[in-house]
Amino acid sequence: MELHQLTIHALRDKLRTGEVNAVAVTESVFRRIDAVEDRVHAYIALMRDEALRSAAEADRRIEAGDNEDLCGIPVALKDVLCTAGFRTTSGSRMLRDFVPPYDATAVEALKRAGAVFVGKANMDEFAMGSSTETSWFGVTRNPWDLGRTPGGSSGGAAAAVAADECIASLGSDTGGSIRQPAALCGVVGMKPTYGRVSRFGLIAFASSLDQIGPLTKDVEDCAIMMNAICAHDPKDSTSAKIDVPDYKTFLDRDISGWNVGIPKEYFAEGLDPDVLEAVKRAIGVIEDAGARCVEVTLPHTDYCVAVYCIVSTAEAGSNLARYDGIRYGYRAENVRDLLEVYEKSRSEGFGAEVKRRIMLGTYALSSGYYDAYYKKASQVRARIKEDFAKAFRRCDVILTPTSPTPAFLLGEKINDPLQMYLSDIYTISANLAGIPGISVPCGFSSGGLPIGVQFLAGPFDEGKLMQIAHAYERLAAIERRRPAL
Amino acid sequence: MTINKKEIEYIAQLAHLKFSPREVEAFTSDLNDILSYIDKLNQVDTIGVEPMNHAMDMTNAFREDVVTPSLTNEASLANAPETHGGSFQVPKIIE
Amino acid sequence: MTEYEPVIGLEVHAQLMTKSKIFCGCSAEFGAAPNTRTCPVCLGMPGVLPVLNRTVVEFAVKMALATRCRINLMSNFARKNYFYPDLPKGYQISQYALPLAEKGYVDIETDAGEKRIGLIRIHIEEDAGKLVHDEHMPSSYVDLNRAGVPLIEIVGEPDIRSPEEAALYLRRLHETLVYLEICDGNMEEGSFRCDANISLRPKGREAFGTRAELKNLNSFRHVQRALEYEIKRQAYILESGGEVVQETRLWDDARGVTLSMRSKEEAHDYRYFPDPDLVALHVDEAWIQEVAATLPELPLEKRERFVREYGITPYDAGLLTMTRPLAAYYEEVVRACGKPRPAANWVKGDLLRLLNEDRADIRACPVSAASLGDMICLIEEGAISGKMAKDLIEEMYKTGKSPRTIIEEKGLVQITDEDALARVVDEVIAANPNQLAQYRGGKDKLFGYFVGQVMKATQGKANPQLVNDLLQKRLGP
Repeated sequence: MELHQLTIHALRDKLRTGEVNAVAVTESVFRRIDAVEDRVHAYIALMRDEALRSAAEADRRIEAGDNEDLCGIPVALKDVLCTAGFRTTSGSRMLRDFVPPYDATAVEALKRAGAVFVGKANMDEFAMGSSTETSWFGVTRNPWDLGRTPGGSSGGAAAAVAADECIASLGSDTGGSIRQPAALCGVVGMKPTYGRVSRFGLIAFASSLDQIGPLTKDVEDCAIMMNAICAHDPKDSTSAKIDVPDYKTFLDRDISGWNVGIPKEYFAEGLDPDVLEAVKRAIGVIEDAGARCVEVTLPHTDYCVAVYCIVSTAEAGSNLARYDGIRYGYRAENVRDLLEVYEKSRSEGFGAEVKRRIMLGTYALSSGYYDAYYKKASQVRARIKEDFAKAFRRCDVILTPTSPTPAFLLGEKINDPLQMYLSDIYTISANLAGIPGISVPCGFSSGGLPIGVQFLAGPFDEGKLMQIAHAYERLAAIERRRPAL
Repeated sequence: MTINKKEIEYIAQLAHLKFSPREVEAFTSDLNDILSYIDKLNQVDTIGVEPMNHAMDMTNAFREDVVTPSLTNEASLANAPETHGGSFQVPKIIE
Repeated sequence: MTEYEPVIGLEVHAQLMTKSKIFCGCSAEFGAAPNTRTCPVCLGMPGVLPVLNRTVVEFAVKMALATRCRINLMSNFARKNYFYPDLPKGYQISQYALPLAEKGYVDIETDAGEKRIGLIRIHIEEDAGKLVHDEHMPSSYVDLNRAGVPLIEIVGEPDIRSPEEAALYLRRLHETLVYLEICDGNMEEGSFRCDANISLRPKGREAFGTRAELKNLNSFRHVQRALEYEIKRQAYILESGGEVVQETRLWDDARGVTLSMRSKEEAHDYRYFPDPDLVALHVDEAWIQEVAATLPELPLEKRERFVREYGITPYDAGLLTMTRPLAAYYEEVVRACGKPRPAANWVKGDLLRLLNEDRADIRACPVSAASLGDMICLIEEGAISGKMAKDLIEEMYKTGKSPRTIIEEKGLVQITDEDALARVVDEVIAANPNQLAQYRGGKDKLFGYFVGQVMKATQGKANPQLVNDLLQKRLGP
């Protein structure tokens, strides 16, 4: 097996014994990138020089006895995360030349742990999308079928892990942007509880929904990444002051006696038959492990996408008002006056999907419509959160499909915004309620495309997710295929 | 609820975006599709429900009143498209 | 002709004197080179987040307590969305639906007696940066040093009925803020800013008329003049049967008029919504009590106490409590000499004059309160005369030395020995036979001449009262 095909924990073991060194691991990853990147296009920018320097530094640390799990491990960062001194674009023309003077807190955490940054991963523009087709820098292709999308908005981060173009990556999830591409690319993806990971340095889309999370090759790697990035951050007012457990302690544990909630609303029409099959098999595995599946109801499921449309776009419209070409970012040429600086820079700097959402969000907050839209959506959101609280009184975790379909074709949904939003139907609810969720590979479609199963838990119960996801992973023993690149 | 072209133009003004007539058409139609989908929220009884403004119930995240280093002028302006004498430059506001 | 009554409501923005800005650690001090007190947060860069300065809340609570507001135990921050180059995020973080404090009041002393002006609310928000226009080029320059400086906005009820009342109200707010040491009140530097809303209604009618909002009022004088002008302008419109337009008007002090901003103003739809990056603000009873315990005695209370305790006039009390340090100085002088009324005279008179000439602050006064108190004691004891003291205090101010030291160095002891003075008086009378004759002949005014001559002969050290008595006896009929 090539080094770039290994997991974090496998590489860590080899690095600790001295069997391999970090520079060799990084070089292996870059060889892989050179071989497949022109077809996958997972990255907006590569950090080759920085990576080799960090790898050399990691080797010094390991030599000196450093015990960090991530020391010397090549990681990709979704380009929505600010990296000091290195261009950060959020997939947009608006920020194509932006160089932040600060690191995102989560990036800092990985740096401290000795991770090696491979590059900035491609994404839907400003994280708005479910297919990575709205990136200013071109589409990312699903490594399992280059004619299909990898999902989005963390499509590049997911594809990079799936294609072994990095060992693990960091993405962001506002309505499913980690979990959905993870499912479509056959990797593990987790969205932590809102407030678990600092949002400082995460280029904002929807402030009350955004969270940073890992995409990895297996659940143990996910636990390792979570250990590194979860912490209270005084620079983020919404950062939780709750202790972070060692997520690795939840691995290799038993789930017999657990109640696993199956929400009937998530198994209705629109669900692809292959997905239904694979998820049913997953339910079987869980039951074999000794858990009990109970039916639960999440009565407001049908309204999740509608609430999300209003809340996320309202917050986004406001968050994106700072992009005006004055202090940074794209500035249009040939502007006659101040108004044109604003109008032209923004209209030329933003893509169509971003503009659509800004328009919807502005409308939802505008005079006369606030109560009917934003306030109403916020009230229904409270009901959605309540639904989960009630459900979790009857079960430890909830199990659902991650995505209604496997990877769809490039161009299939891009001209139908509503269809695109609906592809997030199973993931959006977790962001609205603020609860954590994880997607784990659970099989393949008849066409050989990956399918993911999602587990959801109550606030700050990521440990439960690790436990069941790891147990499932062990027992399901999903055949380890690799994309035929 | 439906939105017409005039309203689209007004919203574009509020958002400081400029559209071609074709784009206005496209946005009007897109937004109307989405708005009619969103209409289903009116089916939900929300009388007396407190709007959920934050994901988690947190209060009082403070910092102490301590001065920390600012960026240098150079760093503050490093990404700016147009500067002049240490400041960001814009076309004069028409008075 | 209809008699119109002005209805005036004032909005005051006061910059809070914290060390750092409201949502980041940049210094909040005034006057640095452009864009040198800026950081990613106050520059509104991608991915940054605000974190609230605790002292801002403390200061705002102080003002709320001092103006008897009801403090909301829970309040929220909201985004006020609009585009302007001095507003880096494209929205201002403020408070909208749930402000920190509501329903307070201040009392002002008008000619017609005491009047209560209500406060609608006090809320916390951030200041914007500054836009400077180039005189020659078609460019403007943005300086964001001020972006993120903490403000409280104090919104008054439309209870004010005249420009004079408006000025009194502003002065009361101003002195309260300065007394609380939460704002330096410097209007030139923009720490204390005022906008005014004014409408007219026929006397006796309850309903409000259409109001105009006045901006660019940079001093109390501007406020008063602008309001006076507006009253005339609006009255003229109403008298001619026209309608006042609801609009924003800028005060042009050079021309003495308000000018409509209407053409540049679009109706602002601020699209307020709760800021998702900030959590709710919970100010509990315990915290309020803690802050309440740190409140100083406020100007009004202090003035009333001075009148009561020291028996000075309200006018004098007003002068002496103009600033907290001055009031403290006065009280220290009183403690040193036990004579509140002479102390009042000396402090408000010669001492303040010397300080003003010197453009010095009471806190840097070379004459210590103890020294001044001592000087007053010396006058009371008769060691020096009042007149001598006038020279003495100048010397004390110049040198910073104590009165006794100067008296000793210059030999400035008052002559109170009756026999010695009697000898001088006799000598003076003997030396001025003509004046004596004229005086005895009826020219009473010459009495002053003789007093002057005795003073001259004694280098001003003679006790004036004694001189008077002696001359009366020697010269008198």
